[in-house]
Amino acid sequence: MSFLRRRRAAESAKAGSGSGDDGGGGEGGDKKEREVKSRRKQGPGGGERPRRWSCVDSCCWFVGCVCSIWWLLLFLLNAMPASFPQYVTEAITGPLPDPPGVKLRKEGLAARHPVVFVPGIVTGGLELWEGHQCAEGLFRKRLWGGTFGELYKRPLCWVEHMSLDNETGLDPPGIRVRPVSGLVAADYFAPGYFVWAVLIANLARIGYEEKNMYMAAYDWRLSFQNTEVRDQTLSRIKSNIELMVATSGNKVVVIPHSMGVLYFLHFMKWVEAPAPMGGGGGSDWCAKHIKAVMNIGGPFFGVPKAVSGLFSVEARDIAVARALAPGVLDKDVFKFQTLQHMMRMTRTWDSTMSMIPKGGDTIWGGVDWSPEGFFNCSTKRSKNIYMTTSERSAVRDLENRAGVNYGRLISFGKDVANIHSSKIERTDFRGAVKGRNLSNTSNCDVWTEYHDMGVGGVKAIADYKVYTAGSILDLLDFVAPKLMKRGSAHFSYGIADNLDDPKYQHYRHWSNPLETKLPNAPDMEIYSLYGVGIPTERAYVYKLTPTSECYIPFQIDTSADGESEDSCLKDGVFSADGDETVPVLSAGYMCAKGWRGKTRFNPSGINTYIREYDHAPPANLLEGRGTQSGAHVDIMGNFALIEDIIRVAAGATGEDLGGDRVYSDIFKWSEKIQLQL
Amino acid sequence: MGSVLRLRKLCYVEPVKFQSFESIKNAEKQQQQQQQQEERTVSEVENAVQKNGRDDDEDTKKKKEGKKKMKEWRCIDSCCWVIGCLCTVWWLLVFLYYSLPAALPGFQPPESPGARLGREGVRALHPVVLVPGISTGGLELWEGKPCTEGLFRKRLWGGSFTEILKRPLCWLEHLSLDNETGLDPPGIRVRAVPGLVAADYFAPGYFVWAVLIQNLAKIGYEEKNMHMAAYDWRLSFQNTETRDQALSRLKSTIELMYLTNGRKKVVVVPHSMGVLYFLHFLKWVELPPPMGGGGGPGWCATHIKAIMNIGPPFLGVPKAVSNILSSEAKDVAVIRSMDPGVLDSEILGLQTLEHAMRVARTWDSIISLVPKGGETIWGDLDWSPEEGHGCSLAKRRTLQSSGNNKNSNHTNGKRTFSAMKDLAKYGRIISFGKEASYIPSSQLPSVDLKELLLGKPSTISNSTCQEVWTEYNELSRESIRDVADNKVYTSQTLLDLLRFVAPKMMKRAEAHFSHGIADDLNDPKYNHYKYWSNPLEMRLPGAPDMEIYCLYGVGIPTERSYVYKMSPTGKCKSIPFRIDSTAEGYEDSCLKGGVYFVDGDESVPVLSSGFMCARGWRGKTRFNPSGATTYVREYQHRPPASLLEGRGSASGAHVDIMGNVAFIEDVLRVAAGATGEEIGGDRIYSDIMRMSERINIQL
Repeated sequence: MSFLRRRRAAESAKAGSGSGDDGGGGEGGDKKEREVKSRRKQGPGGGERPRRWSCVDSCCWFVGCVCSIWWLLLFLLNAMPASFPQYVTEAITGPLPDPPGVKLRKEGLAARHPVVFVPGIVTGGLELWEGHQCAEGLFRKRLWGGTFGELYKRPLCWVEHMSLDNETGLDPPGIRVRPVSGLVAADYFAPGYFVWAVLIANLARIGYEEKNMYMAAYDWRLSFQNTEVRDQTLSRIKSNIELMVATSGNKVVVIPHSMGVLYFLHFMKWVEAPAPMGGGGGSDWCAKHIKAVMNIGGPFFGVPKAVSGLFSVEARDIAVARALAPGVLDKDVFKFQTLQHMMRMTRTWDSTMSMIPKGGDTIWGGVDWSPEGFFNCSTKRSKNIYMTTSERSAVRDLENRAGVNYGRLISFGKDVANIHSSKIERTDFRGAVKGRNLSNTSNCDVWTEYHDMGVGGVKAIADYKVYTAGSILDLLDFVAPKLMKRGSAHFSYGIADNLDDPKYQHYRHWSNPLETKLPNAPDMEIYSLYGVGIPTERAYVYKLTPTSECYIPFQIDTSADGESEDSCLKDGVFSADGDETVPVLSAGYMCAKGWRGKTRFNPSGINTYIREYDHAPPANLLEGRGTQSGAHVDIMGNFALIEDIIRVAAGATGEDLGGDRVYSDIFKWSEKIQLQL
Repeated sequence: MGSVLRLRKLCYVEPVKFQSFESIKNAEKQQQQQQQQEERTVSEVENAVQKNGRDDDEDTKKKKEGKKKMKEWRCIDSCCWVIGCLCTVWWLLVFLYYSLPAALPGFQPPESPGARLGREGVRALHPVVLVPGISTGGLELWEGKPCTEGLFRKRLWGGSFTEILKRPLCWLEHLSLDNETGLDPPGIRVRAVPGLVAADYFAPGYFVWAVLIQNLAKIGYEEKNMHMAAYDWRLSFQNTETRDQALSRLKSTIELMYLTNGRKKVVVVPHSMGVLYFLHFLKWVELPPPMGGGGGPGWCATHIKAIMNIGPPFLGVPKAVSNILSSEAKDVAVIRSMDPGVLDSEILGLQTLEHAMRVARTWDSIISLVPKGGETIWGDLDWSPEEGHGCSLAKRRTLQSSGNNKNSNHTNGKRTFSAMKDLAKYGRIISFGKEASYIPSSQLPSVDLKELLLGKPSTISNSTCQEVWTEYNELSRESIRDVADNKVYTSQTLLDLLRFVAPKMMKRAEAHFSHGIADDLNDPKYNHYKYWSNPLEMRLPGAPDMEIYCLYGVGIPTERSYVYKMSPTGKCKSIPFRIDSTAEGYEDSCLKGGVYFVDGDESVPVLSSGFMCARGWRGKTRFNPSGATTYVREYQHRPPASLLEGRGSASGAHVDIMGNVAFIEDVLRVAAGATGEEIGGDRIYSDIMRMSERINIQL
């Protein structure tokens, strides 16, 4: 093409009396026009040429321009001093506060206790060690975390490799996907989206480095005990903590986040239990090696999100997406069936079951009551606008009457969610026969366990209307029998009556704080650090999917909204106070009441502290995800939280930090829970 | 501004016009089909075109004023056009490349040894520990000066090395260590990258351990039974423990892997300097604290199945000497001879070599690679173990294999002739002037070196004229000339030379390394850590079941001794010596570009890598009292047959050997439980056995 063009240009330059204009073929005046015209007379082929190359030409020209400008900008960006964005920010918003690491270093703090990070679910990277044919060339490349490039390139292959075996909950044959090790495992989840990176950078300021900072990366898809069975991860953590204690001479400070909190609870029981089930560290291992456990956003009692995740693979965000663009996710457009694939994959991950609400109705509330019953959903607003006491109580009275029934974790239909329990007609689903409609399922590309249930089963579930934390388990047993069978071998959701019962020595109870005793380590400190002030999913309003052939038969009823603007019900989800993922109740109760003082769960009287961080959204775009955020993951960039952690790592105790720091009503709610301590 | 506007207009006007052409064309076509009123159509077209043309005329009239500017625009325009074309074609190719299936149907890549052995039923059994060598491990920044803003936890060494180009001086400053302590300078913390990523690839696409790791993974290895013992390779070995507790970390990891993998002993695979590092570890781990790791006398016997040393520089490498002396090796010398002046003159004020020397001289670890064992091992003025050994070894092999009789006869005759005529005196590791490298020792000037080097008070001459300070600036011209006048240095006198030209470095490093031969290993002084990495001054641990392998490539000319000259005087030169790259031997001579070559793997001569396994530790000797079995496995170098092979699957070069198929197979088999006998015992191509016999050492 270029060859053609150049020849033409030369020609027209001659013909066009040196008008010097090759691109247009028109500006050359009449003479040139005539030439073109005469050429056209000769035949249509001759006339096509100038037009075609002109089009391509201007395309090329345009692309070239864009490219050059792009390179120029790229060059400028690279040539720019690294601190330039900071100057701009400071020019706009005034001088920034020192990052906590720098500030505390000026105060003279230095690295003292080695630090162990325990990442949560989803945030750790996973890489491929052995795969099927379709994963050629991905050896030791990240499948999870990073850019997720493979998800777009070969989605089915990706799903296949990320799934675990449906029976064992371990690797499927021929596939080995393993956690990335080291700090890189979870410093950034995706490029630019930090998880631990900010905390690591600040710790490094006061002298931490790889030798006294350890990321306890584990495969977060497996059940906790299986990480030991397959990868010996718990042994690895034990050995590393012992090494760090030996080389530094100080006990470690453990910082688990999200599901890592439960994982570390499991670890503390495991390490002291005798081999073969445990790690054989002896009954004083924790006392000797751990100074403090600083749980960030710990879902001690699970999260309601996990239920909706298991039940219909959706959370609020997905439900909203569905409401915005109905059909995209559900229909077979593009033959994607995204949600079904997701459900099949996530249901092979045992770890999701560790997050199912624990403690049943005692903790989460029954059909007619819940600990948060009188929670004011417009807390944010009432906090910001000054209110007199009378006004506030008026608001509270109003809501008393409204009475949100958080205890009903799942209700079918908005009406059912609100009316009094005596008015609900319920038929028990437990005995319902699961119909089989094979003719329908054979059409489906993606098989989920729902297809075994049939129309009868689905209807029976909807007829039960209301599910509380206790009956949720039966519901899940009913809709996902395989998953729950696998899961119940590894996790347990009850409350122990007698902790000395020998059955509680089984590892399935170790990650449930209501069925384990804390280790005998009176000098250890346990912190609950979490954000508050963000509406957090607490209960759901469901409906049946219009046609239930190949689709997941239930979905969140996004049309269900509360009457008033301040209502807790939005898009089919009842929200309570929390950090966007974990409700305050789950994150705070154990430290506020369950373990406070000497209780049967905490026989040695380990000190507990609650540190809440009130959420404040980033002031402007330049701040990124904010330095005062309280959101579940973004809190890892919260300066106040980082400062607390650094102080403890440098040797401070909970009292030095100032003890409890509470914004929410956690103490009030804790009092309402009738639990023998 | 006006021209810009006009430019815009042009861009907009054009498409409009083309559109009108398009409609015309359509009309024309229809009428052609009808075959009627052709004449009228043409006139219509003509009218339309003229109408268009008239509109354009007005435009062009305006434009004629700015014709000159339009020409400029044309230039930019065609530039843009070319760039656009290139980009589009590039994207298209990239797209095609990505949409290609991973394996072309016609091209079947050779099956990797891991996959083959995996099919044979070889499975992962013993945990594997990889110990990287010098300069192959990545280093990252943990704390730095303000100039390193934004580089936190980014690689300074390894990876793409972009920072050298962006801020070279800052980079050099951060890679240097403290000149006195050999540890971190104040305010700077640069640490080794941990994990397998530390040394799988040195730079993108340049594998070090990646191929071996991939093949190990094929038979079932993963992170839980494969560990990369990354350490800061700039530090002396004991300092890695002092600063980072790297040895404790390695010990703890080996113990953990031993326990979690069903009490299977580990197979250790050290490479290059990692070999010496692991020797150090063997001694350290069994000795009591505080100096040692307190593992007790049986630790190695319990935990280690085999040590598979790759390209081991047990007795040091001559390259290290030239590096310290003038921070140049063969490659640098060649560059200098091709392009004189670029490296030396102060064009651009770069002084590359001086900077490199200053940084490298703060790295204690280099001293661990200085030739050990003195004249007993490396030869004296008139004798060397390699003596009489075919000089054009590599050449001879290739010629013979080519099968051209005439040619090989010819060269064979010439070789014997030249070998007789200039028998290379390898013992003279450094000679000043080409003559000094081969004249009989009686003709050499007899100067008492020690007196010469130590007697002179060093006077600081015009050292202020240099921006870059090296220790040479403290030497006076006269003493430098005296150094050159001594003509010849053997591995013994070499140490005196180094102490003279680099006093600070040697003082620091000699507290950590020793280069002699022990007379009596029971002497309690040998419990000090400075002797632990010298195989001639340490005993192997009491582990009779342990196996020691020496795996290395042969068949590549390897630097063995150097011909030096003084740098041209007159200017302010920091480095007063340089390799005399004009010194060439006869056609088949081992002297090329000022360097004498012997057989080896391009970095380590056979003597250094093979002697300990071939003789020093073979059977029960005083260095190996428990009689641990040793095996020598050599890999004949064969350059890659085609470009597609990359760095070759049969290479014997120091680093490329890590991609050698035969080598990988050996490692895999041993890791899966085979003993040295089962993989075939010794496998020797070089003269290492004969050379070893010639060394007169008490065993």
